Amino acid sequence: MRIWKTVVSTAILGLATFVASAHAQELNDPFRGPALDSMKGKTIAYLPISLGFDMAQAWGGVVKQEADRYGMKFVSQDPNWSTDAMAQALTNIIAQKPDVIVTQNPDLQSLARLLKQANAQGTYVIQVNMQGAVQTDAFVGPDLVGIGQDMANIVVDHCGKDGKSKKIAIVQGVLTGGVSFFEVQGVKKVLAEHPDIQVVSSQAADWDASKARSITETVLQQNPDLCAIIDVWDGQARGTGAAIEQAGLKGKVMLITAGGGAQSMCDALSDGTFDYAINYSGVGMGRDIATTIKMLLQSKPKAGTIKYMAYSPYRIMTKADVKQDTCWNPDIYAKLLK
Amino acid sequence: MKWRVSLGQEQIVLILAILLFAAFSVLLPGFLTAQNLVTLLRSVAVLGVLGIGMVIVVIGRGIDLSIVANMAISVAWTFQLANDHVPLSLAIALGLGFAALMSLISGILIAYAEIPPLFTTLAMGTFIYGFGRAHMILGIDVVYLPRDLGWVRNIGQGTVFGVPSAVILAIAIALAAFLFLRYTKLGRFIYAMGDNYAAARIGGTPVRPVLVFQYLLAGVIAYIAGMITATAASAMNTRIVNSNLVYDIILVVVLGGVGLSGGKGGVRNVLVGTLLIGILLNGMTIMDIQYTVQNLIKSSILLIAIIIDSVMNPRDEQTAQQGDI
Repeated sequence: MRIWKTVVSTAILGLATFVASAHAQELNDPFRGPALDSMKGKTIAYLPISLGFDMAQAWGGVVKQEADRYGMKFVSQDPNWSTDAMAQALTNIIAQKPDVIVTQNPDLQSLARLLKQANAQGTYVIQVNMQGAVQTDAFVGPDLVGIGQDMANIVVDHCGKDGKSKKIAIVQGVLTGGVSFFEVQGVKKVLAEHPDIQVVSSQAADWDASKARSITETVLQQNPDLCAIIDVWDGQARGTGAAIEQAGLKGKVMLITAGGGAQSMCDALSDGTFDYAINYSGVGMGRDIATTIKMLLQSKPKAGTIKYMAYSPYRIMTKADVKQDTCWNPDIYAKLLK
Repeated sequence: MKWRVSLGQEQIVLILAILLFAAFSVLLPGFLTAQNLVTLLRSVAVLGVLGIGMVIVVIGRGIDLSIVANMAISVAWTFQLANDHVPLSLAIALGLGFAALMSLISGILIAYAEIPPLFTTLAMGTFIYGFGRAHMILGIDVVYLPRDLGWVRNIGQGTVFGVPSAVILAIAIALAAFLFLRYTKLGRFIYAMGDNYAAARIGGTPVRPVLVFQYLLAGVIAYIAGMITATAASAMNTRIVNSNLVYDIILVVVLGGVGLSGGKGGVRNVLVGTLLIGILLNGMTIMDIQYTVQNLIKSSILLIAIIIDSVMNPRDEQTAQQGDI
């Protein structure tokens, strides 16, 4: 009897210990520790073209939040749209040897050599939205050529109908800027298959709503029967929309644009300034950047070896898609960055 | 046969403008329509208004390089305040007050501390932009206008008898500036100081207060130009400070024949310069010429105007003035 008692109690004790240890293992996720360790104390340097526009604030805001959460150091610089200042800042950042650099390219070439140099010294480089001539560890941004194609397809469908004029206009940003360049490339790809659609004007508005307005005003003057306008960026498309409204053509000339989905985009959709807007969520891109940083730091590839295109999702929106909180408030992210 | 034509730069530019106008009217279908001419005027109204602000300072032998920064920040701040539910009239008063204060500081530094206007306003422009971006425009650098603006929206978007209110406002400012410079004592003082500062001072002109007033006027006019820009495009883009707008303003002033050495020219010169630029820009947009090429053509026209002027009116000891740039 006594022996049985011992056996049973030992068995119970053993089982209890086993359960306890298994339970302890559950409490202590074996994968969390190494993941946290790989991120803790790392430095992320953030260098957008400017910290003053909504998307740069969303990207930086989300990344900074994640950096704070996992004990990473976040430093940022604001070159305020100056390519020179940006190259200078990037040189300084490289000298400080951070672990990750998150940056953009004002044009295809200016930063190419520096980005290569950063990769060579073992710093991960993530390029956001504006891809340069050199491919680094990752590119985070929407498929801009695809966006251009989508915009053109909507316009071709709309203007190809009977009774429409088949005349369209394109309002570009800065000709050499990545976003404008690639979107226009996509638009042209589609239009090449539809020779009946005629582009009556394709001018650069320099990312400036006033310039977009005055260009569009003249274009509408010359072509009051214009069918649609493709504007590559929602920030300047406000001016394009103002010109359409001024000409009394709101609702008659279709305006389609693309952007990061800040509140101003939803406002312009709901008041009918934009008929379509392609939203490549700035906040979503911030998340994609943060995810890419975590992936790089945890899997530790040699800098510059994986070359990953993280195409950020986008959605095509009309007035019907605008609900409360569909778009984001840039002020929240500006505050996070302060 | 002995006859001499005496053409100043203003006349040369006017002739160029008329030639271009005639050429576009014949060659470009749709150029010579009432609607397009209204659009043409509308598109350069802001440039013209800023040019008038600048010319007042230039006649008094100064220059205001802070005019664009002052315009952008004060107007953006106005609408940022309005977005934050400050009553619109108060927001406008505060914005205008800021623009006036900044130009007052420039004026005082130039008149009393005797720092050259080039450096003062260059530094003030950077200061205004930096201060504004750091402490006033806290969010993004483009401030969108609130939806319920009421009558204020009409500044840039309204029309009176089919003429855009922006054009009417620009003409009104031009007329006021013309009358001020031509017929008021203060206006004549500005000419006198620009022509010969020391002589004006000995003659009893209150040179320092007049200098301050000159910059104050430029600041207030800049604010009005900013209100037209912002209400027309439904947004105020502070990034405009980084653009070459300030050079365009100097371009329309100089193009019309106003000497940077002061004391010469007037509102009419600015209007002629603005008109030429307006005709050019409008024609080039109709022809769908790319922006970079447009800049090239614009600068070539300026060079041609200057070359014709220097051939027809060669500089010598009599016409050259000290301080000529």
